[in-house]
Amino acid sequence: MNHPDMETFNAFIEASKASKTKRRQAPSLQVEDVSLSYPAEPNALQNISLEIPSGCVTAVIGPSGCGKSTLLRCFNRMNDTIDGCRYSGSIFLDGANILSDGIDVTSLRRKVGMVFQRPNPFPKSVFDNVAYGPRLAGIRSQRQLDEIVENALRSAALWDEVKDRLDAMAGNLSLGQQQRLVIARAIAVEPEVLLLDEPASSLDPISTLKIEELIYELKSDYTIVIVTHNMQQAGRVSDYTAFMSGGRLIEFDATDRIFTNPSERATEDYITGRVG
Amino acid sequence: MTSGPLSDFHGEGSVFAAWALRRAGVMLWLTSGMAVSAIVLLIGMLGLLCWLAFAGDAFGAAAGHFPGALAVLSQGEPPYTAEALFSAIVGTITVTLLMTLLVAPLGILVAVYLHVYARQHWYTDLVRIAIHNLAGVPSIIYGVFGLGFFVYWVGGGIDELFFSDSLPRATFGTPGILWAAITLALLTLPTVIVSIEEGLLRLPASLREGSFALGATRFETVVGVLLPATMTSVVTGVILAVARATGEVAPLMLVGVVKYAPSLPVSIEAPFIHLEQKFMHLGYLVYDLTLHAPAGNGRVALIAVVALSLVLVTMSLTTFAAVLRGRFRYQYAQEGLL
Ligand SMILES: Nc1ncnc2c1ncn2[C@@H]1O[C@H](COP(=O)(O)OP(=O)(O)O)[C@@H](O)[C@H]1O
Ligand SMILES: [Mg+2]
Repeated sequence: MNHPDMETFNAFIEASKASKTKRRQAPSLQVEDVSLSYPAEPNALQNISLEIPSGCVTAVIGPSGCGKSTLLRCFNRMNDTIDGCRYSGSIFLDGANILSDGIDVTSLRRKVGMVFQRPNPFPKSVFDNVAYGPRLAGIRSQRQLDEIVENALRSAALWDEVKDRLDAMAGNLSLGQQQRLVIARAIAVEPEVLLLDEPASSLDPISTLKIEELIYELKSDYTIVIVTHNMQQAGRVSDYTAFMSGGRLIEFDATDRIFTNPSERATEDYITGRVG
Repeated sequence: MTSGPLSDFHGEGSVFAAWALRRAGVMLWLTSGMAVSAIVLLIGMLGLLCWLAFAGDAFGAAAGHFPGALAVLSQGEPPYTAEALFSAIVGTITVTLLMTLLVAPLGILVAVYLHVYARQHWYTDLVRIAIHNLAGVPSIIYGVFGLGFFVYWVGGGIDELFFSDSLPRATFGTPGILWAAITLALLTLPTVIVSIEEGLLRLPASLREGSFALGATRFETVVGVLLPATMTSVVTGVILAVARATGEVAPLMLVGVVKYAPSLPVSIEAPFIHLEQKFMHLGYLVYDLTLHAPAGNGRVALIAVVALSLVLVTMSLTTFAAVLRGRFRYQYAQEGLL
């Protein structure tokens, strides 16, 4: 058992595992003068400019209807799927303007993963949910898929809970597990940016805590943008915070500063609960 | 006494709660009453058909009964023989299955196009209205259309292109089981489209978004997520189509059904199916027996046995489909879906 060769072999395996875990520099998002209109809401976003730093968690807060989700959906062009939605401005990711016409939206969405407010697993097995993205990317080998699914589920802190029922329907999981499954599904595509739109708002406190821990774990590998209406949550998980109101960006700064010493009166009012 | 969801909602012992409970009780009685009467009616009908068909065989003509169906079939002339009955059963099943093979994919294509690709255009509404109206067109019109368009125009064209040596004897330019199946598919297409589109509408938008957000194209989203999730409504549409198609006789008389076909449209050797052949159909056989069979003591038993076969064939086809649907439903049943 303890043959020296075996030990070197194990060390080698460990080393190769370690090198496989991502240690790349996640990109930043430079938002420049982005405005957006829906047919029913012409000023959904007005001249938004900010730079979302790489490898950090940036929270977007603000009263409901102020355009947080809309801004988030600019980063993966999900607004393209809405009829009559028009936008202008630029968002640079890895040096390319992702709002320009020439961008391949499909590959953009592989690079910028998104998790929605309510867990939306597909009516498929746990395994097939996570393997959905990799299969789209053309990966067919079962061995490779097994590995990707396991890694993604581990990263989403769900592996231990579901490893014995990968074939079970995703709908049989608890809501909190479903939301982590959806995060695993997004991670399996190996994105660089993760967009989380109120990922814990439909979950109980314990599941919420798990999601927050997960965000903390993930932030070394991804640029994370999280929309939340929960001030404590923004304070706990984020490094930077953007405060929006009425389609405008009111203030953007380090989270500590926003919460202790905001420069705008509106921000302070909102955070201290006087408005919103 | 007053417990359960209703009293929780309206307050313990309120007049309204009592009324609501009583109303729920009445509804339960009404629905179960209807279910029981439907079952009794069905069993009664099947029983009557069995009695008419086989009483003579079971008890003997001596006891004052009609001759039984088995006796009549064993001595009758074509098409009133056991072979002909078998041929009509095979013909009915074959044309229905062929129709299903055509109408299911076609219905999926149209429904997906309407739901996913053409949603935002004004003419989609026009197409939808047209489809709903097509469902109400009398079936004989489909028969006339099938004869004129498929048999004479398409079939005639095929003959000129590929079977010109054997002209003027028509191969496809004459009524046959392929044209009958296509005509039935056209007839049932609106039903299938509506059923599938309603299924797609029931799916939460978040499924679509989730798939798009992973970089799926619209086509990949349809094939990978939306269609699997709506298989139950595809099968529901097919069940409705089968139920309607097996009941149609009038259009089939124009496009391929005959009173007597000496050979089956299917065979156990290649090519297994003879798409250009004319075929027998149970519905037509009932009609023919009722109006044209030589009057005699055995006619009632014959009509009964053919009618019984038609009911049983329809029931087995739809039951098979329902079992299939049950499996899909089990497979996809989950929170917020189906
Ligand atoms: N699909 C849509 N079509 C039309 N208007 C929309 C749509 N989505 C959002 N809006 C409008 O845009 C504004 C911003 O919405 P949203 O970004 O969802 O706000 P938040 O996420 O901050 O609550 C709201 O006034 C909302 O009504
Ligand atoms: Mg929102």
